[in-house]
Order: sequence, then structure tokens, then C-alpha cells
Amino acid sequence: MSEVIVELKNITKRFGSFLANDNLSLSIKKGEIHALLGENGAGKSTLMNILYGLVSPTSGEIFLHGKKVEIKNSLQAISLGIGMVHQHFMLIETFTVTENIVLGRETSRYGLLLDLPQAEHAIQKISAEFGPAVNPRAKISEISVGMQQRVEIIKALYHQAEILILDEPTAVLTPLEIEEFGKIIKRLSSLGKTIIIITHKLKEIKALADRCTIICKGKLVDTVEVAQTSEQELAYKMVGRKVEFKFNKTPPSSQKKILSLQNIVALNKRGLPALQNLSIELYTGEILGIAGIDGNGQSELAEILTGLRAIESGKIEKNGEDITNKSPANLFLKKISSIPEDRQKRGLVLDFSVAENMILQTHHLPPFSRLGFLQKDQIEKHALQLIERFDVRPPQADGLTSALSGGNQQKVIIARELSHDPDILIAVQPTRGLDVGAIEYVHRALIALRSQGKAILLISLELDEIINLSDKIAVIFDGKIVANMDALDADEKKIGLLMAGGSLHA
Amino acid sequence: MPNSSYEKLTATFFSIVAGILVGGLVLKIAGLPVGEAYLVMFNSMFSRANYVAHIIVKSTPLILTGLSVAFAFRTGLFNIGAEGQFIIGATTAALAGYFLDLHPLLEIPLVLLLAVFVSALWGGIAGLLKAHFAVHEVISTIMLNWTAFYLQNYLVMLEGFRRPNSEASNSINVSASLTFFENWKYSDAGILWLEKHPLLADFLRAPVNGGIIIALLAAIFCYIILHKTSLGFSLRAVGHNADAAEYGGIKVKQKMTTSMLIAGALAGAAGATHVMGVSRNIAILASMEGYGFDGIAVALIGGSGAWGPILAGLFFGALKYSGSKLQAALEAPSEVIYIMIGVIVFFTAMPKLFGKISDLIKKRRAHAR
Repeated sequence: MSEVIVELKNITKRFGSFLANDNLSLSIKKGEIHALLGENGAGKSTLMNILYGLVSPTSGEIFLHGKKVEIKNSLQAISLGIGMVHQHFMLIETFTVTENIVLGRETSRYGLLLDLPQAEHAIQKISAEFGPAVNPRAKISEISVGMQQRVEIIKALYHQAEILILDEPTAVLTPLEIEEFGKIIKRLSSLGKTIIIITHKLKEIKALADRCTIICKGKLVDTVEVAQTSEQELAYKMVGRKVEFKFNKTPPSSQKKILSLQNIVALNKRGLPALQNLSIELYTGEILGIAGIDGNGQSELAEILTGLRAIESGKIEKNGEDITNKSPANLFLKKISSIPEDRQKRGLVLDFSVAENMILQTHHLPPFSRLGFLQKDQIEKHALQLIERFDVRPPQADGLTSALSGGNQQKVIIARELSHDPDILIAVQPTRGLDVGAIEYVHRALIALRSQGKAILLISLELDEIINLSDKIAVIFDGKIVANMDALDADEKKIGLLMAGGSLHA
Repeated sequence: MPNSSYEKLTATFFSIVAGILVGGLVLKIAGLPVGEAYLVMFNSMFSRANYVAHIIVKSTPLILTGLSVAFAFRTGLFNIGAEGQFIIGATTAALAGYFLDLHPLLEIPLVLLLAVFVSALWGGIAGLLKAHFAVHEVISTIMLNWTAFYLQNYLVMLEGFRRPNSEASNSINVSASLTFFENWKYSDAGILWLEKHPLLADFLRAPVNGGIIIALLAAIFCYIILHKTSLGFSLRAVGHNADAAEYGGIKVKQKMTTSMLIAGALAGAAGATHVMGVSRNIAILASMEGYGFDGIAVALIGGSGAWGPILAGLFFGALKYSGSKLQAALEAPSEVIYIMIGVIVFFTAMPKLFGKISDLIKKRRAHAR
């Protein structure tokens, strides 16, 4: 385990005036699991895209097995034994597993006919080596996300990868799948494959990696032996300051039922049932966490509460008042705010200035508009106040929102929504894609809102987030709430099982 | 992003240069003297006050249809229907201008408002179809163009409106005319006065009319609506990101209809000012006249702001006018200016190309240092 297989020397990559990688050097040993840790935009993905030939470095050298190589494109990277599994899988949904795997390297008979049986055999052999078998004839659209990821890994191995780069591999997986994924990675490593994982999840690094390289703002911070480092230390190195993981919450005060959903039935955008007799009750001064695997009705739940989707049957009440199927503008007036799931699609108009985004719902109301005319001074003043209060960087009201980092974009949304002084906040995946520092910020904001006696519905795919923040937890599966519990009694294993549709009594 | 408008300007400049080069190539292939042709074109733009006046007259409808297409574009809609809205505006103005005979101070605004109102409704149909039946506005506006086309041809031939023994309508009343000093310039006093002021006389020989003022006011109107009002805020929000606008409580469907209403009004104003200032009547159309389609090119070259279409409209008008002179002077096909326009639009639609070229130049410069 001591031979260095990949060596990156003084890699620098500029995008215009932006320095994505600043003189980074990194060496990776054969057979190790090496984690690349850093906040969003720290330059981890850029560095790996350089190794995989997708991006050419401005300066710097790459050595493979001690020999200097120049990797101009991904085909060359593959022929050098480097494979990469992207965060978003590059699979063709309507093709079978085998067809996807052989894509670009089809073996053929007589140079004409596709020889799939031979490939199928090879695939079965590869997949059997490190874990549960994959059915080579299944269509991609028919298999689970975890299985799809395995297909991507097999694909890399089928193309004789010795070095496997995995970009945020667990972002889309369920807790059970993550566990399975961990086993696969360990097995691959024991078979002598070298694995590089790009991530910002500290827990996984502790669980999986041998060594970890921390990158901050394009610069190398440190490479550490994971076994001798704590999560706190890793976070400190990544962010450059101490990070809080746990929050001390006072017990909820003034508990009053504020929102109730009764037997909600709703369809998803394809017209299939998404919510099936779902009922929820939300109280003031508490955070109710909705735990569940992606695609079990969470998006639809958020949409019916923000007026973006009509329900088929059931009843939604706020303080006893019927608010079923009200428009977004109407629910806004009822003091229900939300942090949308997809901030760039729903939450922000990226081509608008920060100031304009701050008045998305209130642009037609005084003081921002008088007699139909926008009041520029008021709009700017409002924006600057929020920017200061929520520490949006850079602190410019007239800068384009698209120029902000993900964390700062999220701050703009949170600032705007909280400025409406809502009674109820629907927070959907509020920390998705954010780095540790920004996550901490968002969590603090939610806790602060709770302390003011507001009600928060937290819908998240991150179980840790749900358990850390919530007072009560409801588990959603297949459009129904399958369990309610107090957060103090919550047990990750138990919730994970319920999320996957299991039963506690079985 | 202070850079972007500068980049847009340079890209437009490069596109125009490319258009001139390709136009020259076409002339060359046709065996015509390139330098001489361009000299004729240049002279026919600026050498006489009369030419400038003609260019202004020619540009007026292009500016308005350009604004129409640009306005809809800000709300994320592609208004192919400026042509039909132009026809509806022209037809309404011709009808109202013929049948109404009031004092000019009453007649002119009334005819204009009627034309703008009806063409706004015409544009609004496409907006409603899009909002409530998800009919794509490109499809519906193309259909509406043909509907307007045949509607005009039908109305022109109606007894009472048709000028007897012709394929055109009766002319509008003089009280509905937008042409400057129309009576005076042919009166004795006017002729006498103009003889002493040859430059103005030359200028007024063209049908100079109030349309250009209406076009400029329309541009100001567009700017104010888009950037100074909460309506404009919501229209732009829908244009940039309809999902976020919907989430923000903006009634997306309603805004799309509003946007198409305004776009229709703008293109209708083009048709109205054309009838009231230049043509006086409408005639049987054998084919589309192309004012609306040219508006698409104007909006593409000028960008979707409020001021770009003015410059692009004047530019397009100048090219069109000088192109017609090209034919007279050199027997060169005036179509060459459409090839030039086409090339310019083609290149403005490829801003990335110019980004790459300017990067290359920057790199060279950095290298030289």
C-alpha cells in the first residue's frame, strides 16, 4: 500500500480571473481510498476533472506510476486506467445495463453484429467480484438509483479502470444504499483498486477513507490520515474556523396547533398519485422534520403548501381557516413562507439583481411600489438592510444573483422569506448543495425562527439534519406518513428502515 | 456586469462588419463593382436631406415592430405575430381614418388609439391561447398572421370601403394624416417659403410624419414599463424564470397575455402610423409586406432593451432605402441588403463566436507583452 500511483504536481487552473486550483499538489497511493474534502467551489471537482481529462490545467504536471502523462480528454484517461463516476449519472435510461456499459466499446462479431452475450458474461463476472449482482438485461429506468451507481462503477471497471474517481457518490443514495456503497468501496480497495472520493460529508470520510486531502479556495490545506483525525478537526480545516454540529435548543414554548393537513391526496406532475391520504399537524414553536427518501411525495407536499399544486381531496387548515388550494400569492398573505427545494429554479430569478430578488413577492406592494411605479430607493434600502443582517457576500444590492455562490444565494432566499415575518416556514432541503459553513448558518437561522415561536416544517433528505434540528419527526413513505415520533426518541437505524418502507414490528 | 453591454456592442459591431464583408462577396460573385456599390449605398444614405428623411420614414415601422418583438421577448415570448398585428393596426387605421371625419386634434388620436387597441387585442389572442390552452405562441401568431392577411384582403374589397375600380381601399381623410405640413407644403405660401429654405424643402419632400415621434415615445413607454413599474418587474420575472415568478405569487399566465397585448399594440402602432403617415390606404396584399418579420431582425440585432430597436430600426431602414438606390444606380439586386441583414442576424445570434475571437485577441496581446 505504499506505491504512489497518481501524482499531481503544482496544478493551477484559472477560469478567467478566477483561480480554481492554486498550485495544488497531491499524491495518491495504490489501493487506498482517498477523500477530497472541501466546501463547494473549493476546486475539488476541477482538480478531478483535470485528472480525468475534461479540463486542461493552466500549468502543472500529472504523473501516473511515476511517468509524466498529458491527459487531453476522457478517452485518453480511460485508456490510462482512470474511471470517473459523476454526481449525475451518465446513463441512457432506455438502454439496458449491458448496453450502457459497453457504450463506446462495443464488442462485435464479424465487425458488424453487436456481441452482447459476451459482454453480459463479463459484466456478471465483474459485478460478482465485489457485491450483489446486477441484472445485465434490466433497463436503467427500471433499477434503483443505488443500482444505477453500481452500473457506473462496473462500467469503469469494464473499461479496465485502476483508479476510480467518485464525485459526491452518496448525494443521491438512501441510508441503506450508502451502507451498501461503503461495502463495495472497501471491497474494491482490497482488490487493489485506487479510489478517490470527492465529498463534503465528514461522516463518510471517517467511515470510508484512509486518507483525506482538504482543499480550501483552490489551495491545499492538508493531507491527513483519517484514522488519526476527528470530524471536528476536518471541519475546522475545511472551513478555517470552528463549526457547531449540535444545537442546544430550549424546549418548545407556547405550543398551539397552527397548520393541519387532513387526508391529502395529490398527484405528481406525471398525473400519478404522489400523496395518498397524508395527514400532518404542525404546532407553533416547533420544527417538524419530514424524513424520507427522495421521490416519496416530499416535493408535492411542499408544492401543495405553497400553492404550486392543487390537491385532489383532503383539507388544509391554518388556525382553523380553510386554505386548501389557495394561490401562491394568497398563501403568502396568510403568512406562509417557504425555502424552495430548488433555489435556482424556484427560489430566485438568477438574472435579477439581489435587490430585485429580495422583493419577488412584494414588488407590487408599498413601500416598494407606489401607483404601480417601483421605488428604487426603498428597494435598495430594503436589500442593503437584509444583506447586512444575513451577511450576504458580496454585499451588493445591484449585483446579479447568478454571480453569488450557492450559500449566498440561499441566504438571499432565507433573508427574503424571513423578512416577510412568516407564521409558518416550509423549508425544503434548505442546505442542499451547501458547504459546512453555510449549513451551520442555515441551521442557526431555522433554530432562531423556532425560538421566536414560529412553526417550521423541515423537509429534508439528510437524515442527520432532520434528527439534529427537529422536535418531532414524521417519516414519509410512498406518499403517506408511516411513523410519527419525538426527536428525542429518534434512532437513525429505525428511521432508515421506515424510510425504506420497512416495518418496525416485522 | 458592466462588461456585458460593452461586449454586446462589440459583438453587434463585428456582426455588421461581417455582414458588409459577406454582402461584398455576394456583389463580387454577381460581377458588380463592390467599392462602387458601397459608395452608392453610403451616398444614398447621407448625401441629401431628402435621403435622411426617407430613411426616417422607412425606419419608423421597423422601430415599432422591433419594439414589439423585443417587448414580448422580455417576457420570454417569441412574437412572430408582429406582421399580423401590423396588418390589423393598418386596416383599423385605414377604416377609422376613412369613415371618421373629425377635427384633426380629435381624429388623429382617436384613429391611432382605435388601431392600437384592436391590434393589442389581436396580439392578446396569442397570449390567451398560450396561457389557457398551452398553444405555443410561435404557432398561434403565425396562424394569426395569415388570418390578418386574408382579413385585410377581404375588408379592402368591401363595397363602400374599396376605392371603385381598384384593388385598394379609399384613402383616409386628411384630418387623419400624420404627415408634417401636408397641406401647407403644397400651398402657395408653403412653396414660396420652402424655395428660400432648400434644405428643409428637400427634407420635407419625403413623407416625413409624426410616426417617428410616436416610435420614440413608444420606446420610452417600453423602457418605463419594463424598468420603472411593478408590472414590468413581474413581466421580466416571468421572462427570466417563470417558475420562480409563479412561486413568488406572480400570475404567470396573466402576465403572458398582458405582454402579448402590449406587443400587439406596438406592432399595431407601426401599421397605423404607416397608413396615417405614408400609404394613406391599404391594398390587396399578394404577399406579406414583411414589416413585422423585419421587426424580428431589428429586435435580434438591437437586443431586447428599449433603445436598441431604435438604432437597429434606423440602421435597417437606412440599408433598405440605400438598397433600393443600388438597383437604380448599378442595376445591382437590392436583395443583397437582405443577405447582409441575414448575415448580421446570423452573427449576432452567435455571441460566443465573438467572445472567442476577443479572447484570442486578448491572449495575443498578453503574449506580445
